[in-house]
Amino acid sequence: MAFVSPPEGPRENVSAGIALTSVDALLNWGRGHSLWIMPMGTACCAIEFMATAMSKFDFDRHGTVPFIDPRHSDVMVVAGTITRKMAPAVVRLYEQMPEPKWVVAMGNCAVSGGIFYYDSYSVIRGVDELIPVDIYIAGCPPRPEALEDAFLQLRNKIKTESFVKGVRHTADHELPLLGHRKAAAHHDDAAKTAEPESAEEACS
Amino acid sequence: MNVTELREHICETYPDLCPLFSLEFGDGVLTVDPERLRQAAVDLHNFGFDLLGMVTAVDRGDAFELVYRLRSRVLSVGMFLKCRIPRDEPKAPSMVDLWPAADWHEREVYDLFGVVFEGHPNLRRMFLPEDWKGHPLRKDYVDDNIIRRPDYF
Repeated sequence: MAFVSPPEGPRENVSAGIALTSVDALLNWGRGHSLWIMPMGTACCAIEFMATAMSKFDFDRHGTVPFIDPRHSDVMVVAGTITRKMAPAVVRLYEQMPEPKWVVAMGNCAVSGGIFYYDSYSVIRGVDELIPVDIYIAGCPPRPEALEDAFLQLRNKIKTESFVKGVRHTADHELPLLGHRKAAAHHDDAAKTAEPESAEEACS
Repeated sequence: MNVTELREHICETYPDLCPLFSLEFGDGVLTVDPERLRQAAVDLHNFGFDLLGMVTAVDRGDAFELVYRLRSRVLSVGMFLKCRIPRDEPKAPSMVDLWPAADWHEREVYDLFGVVFEGHPNLRRMFLPEDWKGHPLRKDYVDDNIIRRPDYF
């Protein structure tokens, strides 16, 4: 986006200058600076999320407003352990969010299952088994600064998207949401058994 | 009231429960047979134990051990009530009519151990989905979704 001064000539109709931009840059600027959050808080990371939203850290100044309504939200922050009983509700809430939508996996439990990775009968090992995730934040729980940084990173990511050309960076929505990672693991196994060159290409 | 006084009082009031009373780690423990569990609970309730802190179970391999944590506001003392029930037929009487707090606790024990509480008004799964197979806190529970912890941790 570039701001230019008014051109020479009759100036009485042009009182405040002209902004030149592209549709994509304007849309991404608007989207990146008004990320309304659907807090999917299920465990202690939600406490840290609340601390981030309160006055000491105050991430409202980034335009990121917590809003307990999936139909009005842009970002789902999965803050906490997702169990197999909670999983259908997470997917349902994600599906209720209007496009474009992004997901932030906050904390080790939402990233990979965390300390419940081994020997747990009930915990989903990472919320990306259910829904496509844009930003991962490590930590148990992460500091509020890490969550703020995640939104700045997400804003950078949104800047690279293009509404006009249809470029989105979220994962493939044609995959079934449940079992999404199993399909990816199957793909990796197939790549390992293939030729070494093609495996390298798959990795790169 | 301390545990020694509690033991004396129980022995005076209910002489048949006296030999079942023991001390474990400084706490009074009453260990009863499954046939006497309900009557012992009624007796303790009448004795003054008006609060039920928790109900849980332990998988002892050959039996499930039910553990009831009781507390009395009047006597200002707490104690345990324990009962071993056979593993092949895990049944126990429900205590919901004595202590309403037992409602969700017994549902939890049913959910995770498969102990059937007879007389419970609403014995459904508590934490796991309705269509879950098995009872995960049993030692012989198997589930393909579990990734076992490697030895090097």
